[in-house]
Amino acid sequence: MTVRIQEEDFDPGSELEKLTGGQTAIGGVTSFIGLVRDMAGDQPVTGMTLEHYPGMTEKMLERIEAEAHERWPLNASLIIHRVGPLEAGDRIVMVATASAHRQATFDSCHFLIDWLKTKAPFWKAERTREGQELWVEARESDDEASERWNR
Amino acid sequence: MKLLYFAWLKNKIGADSEEVTPPKEVVDVASLLEWLHGQGPAYAEALGDRRRIRVAVNQEYARPDTPLTEGDEVALFPPVTGG
Repeated sequence: MTVRIQEEDFDPGSELEKLTGGQTAIGGVTSFIGLVRDMAGDQPVTGMTLEHYPGMTEKMLERIEAEAHERWPLNASLIIHRVGPLEAGDRIVMVATASAHRQATFDSCHFLIDWLKTKAPFWKAERTREGQELWVEARESDDEASERWNR
Repeated sequence: MKLLYFAWLKNKIGADSEEVTPPKEVVDVASLLEWLHGQGPAYAEALGDRRRIRVAVNQEYARPDTPLTEGDEVALFPPVTGG
């Protein structure tokens, strides 16, 4: 289990290599990589700044990762979330889970990213072409996506 | 008591943290928000719509009836938008 909050970029290939390396019981890996879009609704944006609550973020991510391991038979997992200023096209988040069987990896990866969007203390401020930073409002559809894991 | 503000709450209040000593009536999250709301126009504006505010006490999500004590770290922030 690994949780990392960092300003710098990451390399998905080498992260996956490290995640599964040497573990021959692993039958599959599912990974999700979130990127910074160049549009906010119908408004063009150049990038965004990510803020978080140091301390609480790590604690909550470690807890949800542990919960994923309780719900599914996982051999390995990884959550990386970037903070600070990012440009359109940049990687912002990576979640990966590995298990003997594929269905556990699909479901647990989906669970983690849905949860991340609605519970982990991160906030995005999108940057307009004029250089103005606008805080992104939470979306109800994200909450609904997260709620389905409570059923 | 240490208060922390994040995202647009920080912008509206004009600080990312502050030490406060609320009166005795402040015993839980709901009464803290009520008291803070009366501390000036910036607080009134930031806390005007409670549905837009989330609260964590000592880094755990809290509810209106979550009790508070003197040494607590209380964070106020809007619904999160990570991932």
